[in-house]
Parts: sequence; structure tokens; C-alpha cells
Amino acid sequence: MTTLATRPPATASPVRRAGARGGRVRRTLYWIATHALAVALSVMFIGPLVFVALTALMTDDQALTGELWPDTWNWGNFAEVFARSHLLGWLGNTFMYAGLGTLFMLLSSVPVAYAMARFRFRGRKLAFLAVITMMMLPPQVVAVPVYLVWARLELTGTLWPLILPMLLGDAFSIFLLRQFLITIPKEYTEAARVDGCSDFRTLVRVILPMARPAIAAVALFQFFYCWNDYYGPLLYAQINEENWTLSLGLASFRALHSVQWNLTMAATLLVMAPVIIVFFFAQRVFIEGVTLTGVKG
Amino acid sequence: MSITHAAPPRRWRGEGRKALLWMSPWLIGFAVFFVYPLAATVYFSFHRYDLFTLEFVGLDNYRYFFHDDRAWISIRNTLWLVVFMVPAQVLFGLAVAQLLTRLKAGAGFFRTVFYLPSLVPLVAGTVSFVFLMNPSGPLNQIIDLFGITAPDWFGDKDWAKPGLTLLAMWGIGNTMMIFLAALLDVPKHLYEAAAIDGAGGWRQFRSITLPTISPVLMFSTVTGVIYALQYFTQAMIASRVAAGVTDSPGSAFVPGYPELSTLTLPQWLFHAGFRDFSMGYACVLALLLFAASMIFTLVLLRRFRAFTDDEGGSR
Repeated sequence: MTTLATRPPATASPVRRAGARGGRVRRTLYWIATHALAVALSVMFIGPLVFVALTALMTDDQALTGELWPDTWNWGNFAEVFARSHLLGWLGNTFMYAGLGTLFMLLSSVPVAYAMARFRFRGRKLAFLAVITMMMLPPQVVAVPVYLVWARLELTGTLWPLILPMLLGDAFSIFLLRQFLITIPKEYTEAARVDGCSDFRTLVRVILPMARPAIAAVALFQFFYCWNDYYGPLLYAQINEENWTLSLGLASFRALHSVQWNLTMAATLLVMAPVIIVFFFAQRVFIEGVTLTGVKG
Repeated sequence: MSITHAAPPRRWRGEGRKALLWMSPWLIGFAVFFVYPLAATVYFSFHRYDLFTLEFVGLDNYRYFFHDDRAWISIRNTLWLVVFMVPAQVLFGLAVAQLLTRLKAGAGFFRTVFYLPSLVPLVAGTVSFVFLMNPSGPLNQIIDLFGITAPDWFGDKDWAKPGLTLLAMWGIGNTMMIFLAALLDVPKHLYEAAAIDGAGGWRQFRSITLPTISPVLMFSTVTGVIYALQYFTQAMIASRVAAGVTDSPGSAFVPGYPELSTLTLPQWLFHAGFRDFSMGYACVLALLLFAASMIFTLVLLRRFRAFTDDEGGSR
């Protein structure tokens, strides 16, 4: 599978010698082969979502049979999910976590990234190494002492232990923003300084407008990270069902309510839907953001 | 440190104080969420601690580690992910990106389709895959059409990790995008020159593409390994959903169903600390995880000086 995609047909060179017509045939065959492969891969990437959706619409009995196409379209399954679970509550909590988390991250991380990209000071390299180290640190490593601190503050059982730290900067966002900000030519900030702009004004008036794509990307990444996060809410919010997020709720859905795959899949689909919808509106931002994080040699 | 920008010392000091102020949120965060907990983890690792009583036990926790079969199983499973899942993800991501560069029609559409699954919430994606790959599920129905007896995936200890690998390959979106950006950056004229010299596709890939993108390949592999060391959510959800039980504080549920085959080091750490309340012992496992992650982070930093370049060698 892996080499298939990278290799043109093995007959490449002999056919090329056969002249222009052979070349055109070869090119057409190559066109067909690559596009057929892309269509096949698309089916593999989208297929799971289609089967989830189809199962979400089946009756209880049919979902257990392993049939692939619903006999009747049971749209009521979605209502059933709302009725049997606290989906709306989970949605609200997830929104609070992701929304406040993203807002706090931006407030704290943008100035830090700006300082790292623009100010010259002893130890700036060291500070940046610290950012990368923390970015790569598995959250489980520091879980025990950090948990104990929040337990002493009596904030376990809520999502605050996940939201409040965002006021102290987020390593991945700082990294990504800094990588973007160092590409902005110094002339802009120097011109602003000559005009008598303070650092703060320079950041707000000059840097932020230019950094809009990067800021949009980190904001979206952060929002999605929180939205999808399971480990954090599991650690802090599990003991209090009122503060569950969508991830926590969905993880318990099947065992708590039924073994009915149709309802589980309906719930899964409801959890996926917002993400997929947002993606279709903000595709470009995501893709630029990912490209931004990839290092170049 | 800066050779090209030798600035007068006084200005340096001035910017230093300013920088300190601007970076203060992060500096406090670093102290609170890195320096302190790391020191505390070392401290707790010499103690027995269950949230109520703290008792110094010397090296007992470390000694226990060597007799803890489940810890070793979790380490072996984590290594399995590093050896099989990471390469599968990287190679598949590269192959799909390479294919995308060859498409003349609909490249944007296909890119969107291939990227989309990587955004699906991990829990939702994992629950879906456990369903899709259940013994009578859609995937096995399709496999049966070819007359092959399909495995019980997440119910079989030999197939659970390959099942998780398929899930990881489904979500290669980010890896793929990074490779795609790198591939599109390879200078076109190199290929033209090679074609004139009679180099075939495979030869071009080996002699031009691979060397040019090798930093990105390396970057993806190392970050892949670091994330494999943290592998938690998918394994946890797959075992819970396949076993059909909940995991809550005080419950007897042991992660890793079936037969500990999906138990990873972070899960065992989580279980020891927050389900068994052996927090001191969990800290021993945390230090092990920290050591492993640091080794790969250092590799990353050594290979990618560009990261830390003042003038932005990396985009």
C-alpha cells in the first residue's frame, strides 16, 4: 500500500521510448491509476463515518444483526440520545472548557510568543528550549503533584484545573506563534518604534493584524484540543457527573445506558457533528496551521 | 549568544527586564506546572501516599516496580506502538501525501477527505472503530465477503493493537499535511534533470524526494514516538467500550482489555495513582515516562537546531 502510491507504473521507461502516442496512453493510464487510488482511499477515510451514520438510524434489533443498510430510518434515535443522557449539559461544559480555555490561552500566550520572537535578551534561547520541553512533556508525568495542588484548592470535580492554567500560557501555542512571528521582518517593528509606538501598541497595531492567520490557527487548535480532550476531564471532572464533557459522557454512554449500538452510534455522531461542521467552514485555517507547524530543513 | 547582533549591554539589560515582564505568565506556568511538579514527583516517589497519609519508604516503590508484571506488560505494549504504530502512521501519511502531489483533478477535495478524520474527537473515533470492528460489525461483514475469517479485533489480545493501529492510520491528517507541504517544496527542476538523465519514478523518489524531505520525515517520526509514549485515550476507550464496563474511581476495572493487551504505560500510571491511590508508586512510573520522553525530545532538539534559531531557520 505504501509504495503503490509513490511509484508510477513499472513500465514507465520502455513505453516512453515508444514515442508521443505511447506517452499519452501512459499518461492517461497513470492519471486513471492515481485517481482510482485516491477514490479508493476516500472510501476508506469516509467509510467509517458513513457506517456510523447508517447504524445510528437503525432499530435496536437491526443494529445487532450486522446488516449494513437500515430497514427503516429511525430518526427518533437522536431524540432518544437526548432523552437518555445529559448531552446538552455535556455540550455546555465542553463549550465552557474549550471557549474559556482558548480565550485564556490567547491572552497569555500571544505576549509571550511576541517577547520570545522580538526582544533580545540573555536566555531567550533557554526560554524557548523550556517551551519545547514542556510541549513534549507527557501530561501524565506531572499528574500526581498537580492533581494534589488542585485537590488542596478543592477544585477537583470541576473543569477549572484545566481552564485556569491556560492563563499561564500554553507551550504548543507559544511555539507555533513564535515560529510565525519570527518570520515577520524586523523593519515593521523598527518603523513602529521610530514612530514612537510602545511595545504594546506595536503588538496590537502592527503584529496582531499580520499574525491573524497564525492566531486563528492556534485558537482553532486549542479549541479543538479542549473539545476533544479526554484525559484532562477524566482526571478532574469524572467524580462529578454534573461537570462531564462530551468526551467523558460518550466514553460512558454504552456501558451506562445500553448495549444498543444504534444509540451509541447516534450519540457518537452527535459528538462528531460540530467538529465536522466547523471544519468545513474553517478548512483553510486548519491546513495553514498544520503546514506552519511542520519544520523545514 | 547572539554574535551577529552585538548590542550594548545596557540595552540588553533593558530588554531583559521587559522580556521578563512579558513572559511572566509563561515563567510562572513553567515553575508551577513543570519545575515544582517534577521535583514533587521525585519526592513522592520515595513515599507511600494515598491522599491522606504520607510515609517515607525509601526505595520500596522502585523495588516494587521491578516485580510489577503489569508495569512491564505496559512498557512492552508501549514499545509495540513505537515499533509498529509510529512507522505505519508515518509511512502511510507519506504515501498519501505523495499520492496527493500526483493528482491532477480534485486534489483539494481529496486532501479535505483525507484530513477530515484527524479532527474527529478521539473518543468518538475510538468508539466508532470498536463498533465498526466488532465481530459482526461492518468491517468484518466486508472481510467475510472475500471469504476470509475476520478477527475479533478489540476482543482478541493479538488483534487489539493492530486495530488501534488502523485507527491511528485513519487519523493521519496532520502527518499527511506536513509531508504534503514538504513534498511541494522539493524543487521541480531536480525532477526534470533526473528525468532527462533517465531516472525512473522510484529512483527519483529515492535520490531526490527522500533526501530533501528527510528532516520532515525525521521530525514526524520523533514527534510520533513522543506521542506514542503518551498513548492513553484510544487504548482506554477501546478497552472500556469493548469490555462494556465503566471505569470510575474505586471500580475494579483494570484497563488493558483484552488480557492487558492494550495497557500502556500512561494508563498503568493513571490507574496506580488515581484508581489504586498508590500515588508514590505512580510517581516512579511518571519518572520513567519522563526519562523516555526527554531522550526523544533531546534527539529532536539536536536534529532541529532550526527550531531555536534566532532568525527563524524554520518557517
